[in-house]
Amino acid sequence: MSIKVIKEKCTGCKLCIKSCPFGAIRVIEKKAVIDLDKCTLCGACIESCKFNAIVLTKISPSEIDFPKKIEDHKDVWVFCEQKNGIVQSVAYELLGKGRELADTLGVDLCGVLLGENMKAEAQKVIHCGVNKVYLVDSAKLKHYQDEPYSKTLIKLIKEYKPEIVLCGATSIGRSLISRVAIGIHAGLTADCTGLDIDKEKRLLLQTRPAFGGNIMATIICPNHRPQMATVRHKVMKEAKADNHHKGKIIEVNYDGQTYESRTKLLDIVEEIEETVNLTEADIIVSGGRGMQNPENFKLIENLAKVLGGAVGASRAAVDSGWKTYSHQVGQTGKTVCPKVYIACGISGQIQHLVGMQSSEVIVAINKDPHAPIFSVATYGIIGDLFQILPELTKRFKEVLKR
Amino acid sequence: MNIIVCIKQVPDTTNVRIDPETNTLIRAGVACIVNPFDMYAVEESIRLKEKFGGKVTVMTMGPPQADEALRETISLGADEGILISDRAFAGSDTWATSYTLFRAIHKIGDYDLVICGKQAIDGDTAQVGPGISAHLEIPQITYVKKIEEVNLLPGNKYIKAERMTEEGYEVIESPLPCLITVVKEINEPRLPSLKGKMRAKKAEIIKWGAKDLDVDPAIIGLNGSPTKVVKIFTPPPRKGGQILEGDPKEISEKLVELLKNDIP
Repeated sequence: MSIKVIKEKCTGCKLCIKSCPFGAIRVIEKKAVIDLDKCTLCGACIESCKFNAIVLTKISPSEIDFPKKIEDHKDVWVFCEQKNGIVQSVAYELLGKGRELADTLGVDLCGVLLGENMKAEAQKVIHCGVNKVYLVDSAKLKHYQDEPYSKTLIKLIKEYKPEIVLCGATSIGRSLISRVAIGIHAGLTADCTGLDIDKEKRLLLQTRPAFGGNIMATIICPNHRPQMATVRHKVMKEAKADNHHKGKIIEVNYDGQTYESRTKLLDIVEEIEETVNLTEADIIVSGGRGMQNPENFKLIENLAKVLGGAVGASRAAVDSGWKTYSHQVGQTGKTVCPKVYIACGISGQIQHLVGMQSSEVIVAINKDPHAPIFSVATYGIIGDLFQILPELTKRFKEVLKR
Repeated sequence: MNIIVCIKQVPDTTNVRIDPETNTLIRAGVACIVNPFDMYAVEESIRLKEKFGGKVTVMTMGPPQADEALRETISLGADEGILISDRAFAGSDTWATSYTLFRAIHKIGDYDLVICGKQAIDGDTAQVGPGISAHLEIPQITYVKKIEEVNLLPGNKYIKAERMTEEGYEVIESPLPCLITVVKEINEPRLPSLKGKMRAKKAEIIKWGAKDLDVDPAIIGLNGSPTKVVKIFTPPPRKGGQILEGDPKEISEKLVELLKNDIP
């Protein structure tokens, strides 16, 4: 914790001198000077200053002594992200993996659920093999917001001491857990695609791609608890629900201040341009420069529709204004991991490949036989996409009876 | 409006190669660039400065050669570059990095907004931005695709921004100071002017080490990082598979046959 006077702002008005209960402030050469031996960091002067010239930095949460006896921590937690009151599929994927990890360690698997009126959802989570659900139910937690969610999760972790906390590597998960990790001084590994346990040392082995998937790194967190990781969507298999599985719902409530947020959520806008969200999609049909113009994307959209998939685009197509940024797959866009990825007229620059090469099946349609996309394609089609796409759409329609 | 932008110098991923014997990245000879997402952060800060006045300070933590990255941002219009460099910081994970940057921002003290790119393209963690705001105990808005409004009236300073989500976006208002991380959609970065390049060449880069930042030595660098890398390996490269041949009709029939069981 520290206090300082910003000299450029201080006018030497002496208002702060009167406000200081400890006589710690003097004005020297028309600038306030704080005697740190006398100052108790009470903050009275901050409010008295009309020029915002005094800055008090509060203790950073990580400096607070937090008992870190590793053996005190047990259980595997999964943060169950919900939107509009529905637990998201990424959480069910983590519950599947979490069960495995908990069994290996011989501990409980717990879900953590924050929201409003979430009891029924908590029950669904339990059916996926969970021993306990920590449920914090409050109208103020209805929608995700950084501060209430991170403060609540920090309190839960401090109180119930899990040894592992998993969370989806989504826009919510990454924003939330990064804040939480600082608050409890825990290690955090981003966007894992593999999780395992070193049984002997009881360590979580977290494997993740780096450098756009060019290398993989396995990361551990030996001296801090909990061990925390965000996990890429669509990599783990969803837990199967069993309506007979029993577990406990532990309802927890904190004081209103915990749920306070300095930011205000003013509006939630869902852009229903496509029926399927790119990162959720099992099938993605993407178009690149080879589509030649925005009208031709109709061919991509038709195929995606028949397959019940989403429409993606390469950076070239987005930069040309043929598709909006939310469709962009690749380094500066989204990383996707569908069952089937069909790349049409995309040459396959490394920046595109890093965003889609973990797809299960990749189909490439391109007229250039030397296009790099063929080096990652499960099935390659060298030819004119304007002939192939309509044929393919027609054929799928017949076979899938759609 | 005083803005601090945190950037990172990263290897240009198009050129990353792995040494097959040691299994480590061959960094020698690989060109370094300013992390692309940070370029949007720099551009946004300059646009805000042009609109509201004030000062743009760009800081980076990295080896001495990261000096170049700071100069690049000065050529675009940033006012000042701060290089946070010390052997003691080497090997920092996201926890230690956000702590170190927090100490540097704290040293500057007077700011309205901190802007970071949503993530760096080498580590891809997206953890340092929120980590800094947690240390600073200020609010954050991540994945900002548009700043709708900035109000700088004393006593009621706020920013209103659109935060990109998987389904669309949220409109969030935050009091200042706050930290935002930005995505590509927010703007199109400018190119440096000749005058800017000259200025960048002559600019004096401020250098801060561990001693300048009043950091707790127990929580910086490799030793102060909670996470440790135990193994690095190259994933088996994805191999090209089968090329389907024939006329469009035959190809379509073959492909549908191969894929039909994968379609839910």
